[in-house]
Amino acid sequence: MDIPRHWRLKKQRYALVGEVCEHCDAKLFPPRDICPECGEEAKTLFQFSGKGEVYSYTTVYDAPEGYAEQAPYTLAMVKLAEGPLVTAQLTDLGEQQPAIGMPVEMVTRLLRSATDERGMLIYGYKFRPAVAQAG
Amino acid sequence: MTNVIIAGIGQTPVNEQWDVSLRELAFQAMEAAMQDAGGLRPNALYVGNMLAAALSRQAQLGVLLADFAGLHGIEAATIEAAGASAAMALRVGYLAVSSGQVDAALVLGVEKLSDQVPAEVEHAMAMASDADYEAEQGLTLTAQAALLAQRYFHEFDVPQYALAGFPLTAHANGAHNPNAMFRKAVKPETYAKAGIVSAPLNMFDVAPHADGAAALLLTRAELLPSKFAHPLVEITGSSAVSDTLALHDRPDPLAFNAARLSVERACKQAGIQPGDADFFELFDAFSIYSALSLEAAGFSERGEGWKWAQNGALAPDGELPIATLGGLKARGFPGGATGAYQVAEAALQLRGQAGGAQVNGAKIGLVQSLGGPAATAVTHVLRTVED
Repeated sequence: MDIPRHWRLKKQRYALVGEVCEHCDAKLFPPRDICPECGEEAKTLFQFSGKGEVYSYTTVYDAPEGYAEQAPYTLAMVKLAEGPLVTAQLTDLGEQQPAIGMPVEMVTRLLRSATDERGMLIYGYKFRPAVAQAG
Repeated sequence: MTNVIIAGIGQTPVNEQWDVSLRELAFQAMEAAMQDAGGLRPNALYVGNMLAAALSRQAQLGVLLADFAGLHGIEAATIEAAGASAAMALRVGYLAVSSGQVDAALVLGVEKLSDQVPAEVEHAMAMASDADYEAEQGLTLTAQAALLAQRYFHEFDVPQYALAGFPLTAHANGAHNPNAMFRKAVKPETYAKAGIVSAPLNMFDVAPHADGAAALLLTRAELLPSKFAHPLVEITGSSAVSDTLALHDRPDPLAFNAARLSVERACKQAGIQPGDADFFELFDAFSIYSALSLEAAGFSERGEGWKWAQNGALAPDGELPIATLGGLKARGFPGGATGAYQVAEAALQLRGQAGGAQVNGAKIGLVQSLGGPAATAVTHVLRTVED
């Protein structure tokens, strides 16, 4: 069930909230409290824009439990505009083929289905092709 | 430091063993290793296992297996480091024996995967990644390896089928290993026609999950009788290194830095250069790992590890033999047990007992196991003990 665990992650999952290091200005996602760039404490929250580009991608056919009804799905590493890489699915691709370098933006979607009658539906960030790049 | 001897080895065949339980499987390897060491009894048991808690609902494997094997009262514990679990158990056994605190340590790798359906095993294997930020996105280790491969092909302009040589080498060698899951060479055409698992990886780029147990009995040279039934192999270098758990947290995901550091440190301790090794048992859970591991170990420049796989250089009679008894791809990938197989196979090479896959005159072996995409890297240098 893991209810508290998923509840604790709501800022990250729904709003892409990470951290900024007050010492060297590095942007961190996921939050990790010690800045990997300068080794100082980094606990100031920072909301990412959700914009980024595809660093790499692949398709998952043999999905783990809870993900089977979405399979096949496109999994990616996305380079956020502010710097960090995140692992996330691509969605709303339609007829578009994913490509390295493709501009994408964050949306909220169903991540995982309930695996039993008391299971939870987990929502969180995925990325879709950027709708408008100008501005 | 006191050198640690691998006095005995034992392995079960790697496959789907429906009729054998986890404890029976483990005991087969433990008994074989004790027998191979001339009946030497251990005072400690270190079990490398990744998934018994998740798939068999069994914790305290150390106790379970010491108890089952009649080794009552000895020190016993489980060590978990995903695919590097047994290699890390060897590291612990090595530290225990070389320190003088333990006279004989039995290091066991065991994994029982076939009791669960493949989707559940894949889900459990993904526990090696960051649960909150990788696995929860629907990541599997196979998909993660595919992400690395896709980026690798893009960044370095690598030709299609460039990774084929890794599984082809493994399968050719596995034909000579009685414990291997697949004992048949594969043709390049077969590789090219294979179904895609997660693009760009096809089924031959992904090592098959299976059950298996392998054991290594460690002791110090002075505790052994002078005449022994087989040539002895010693551990001359040992190093375990960690990286970020999540692949996306690395500045350059294509650099297996923990793998690089553990090779450097193990070789430095052994007083060798990586190139002095007669063979390299690397961790070919995915063909892309092989390319990245060769680069990390310093055998290639960044982006060029695939070139080793092009013209037979990795075969037992080549310049840099790898996966000499089938590697993970053909011997099979029994999860956290794998490192014990790699070391047992290296010991066979160094004893001159590797049969049709023997690397002629092998005296020094380099063995590396990875947990996830080199989040953990454990490297050992082994050497034949000269009379």
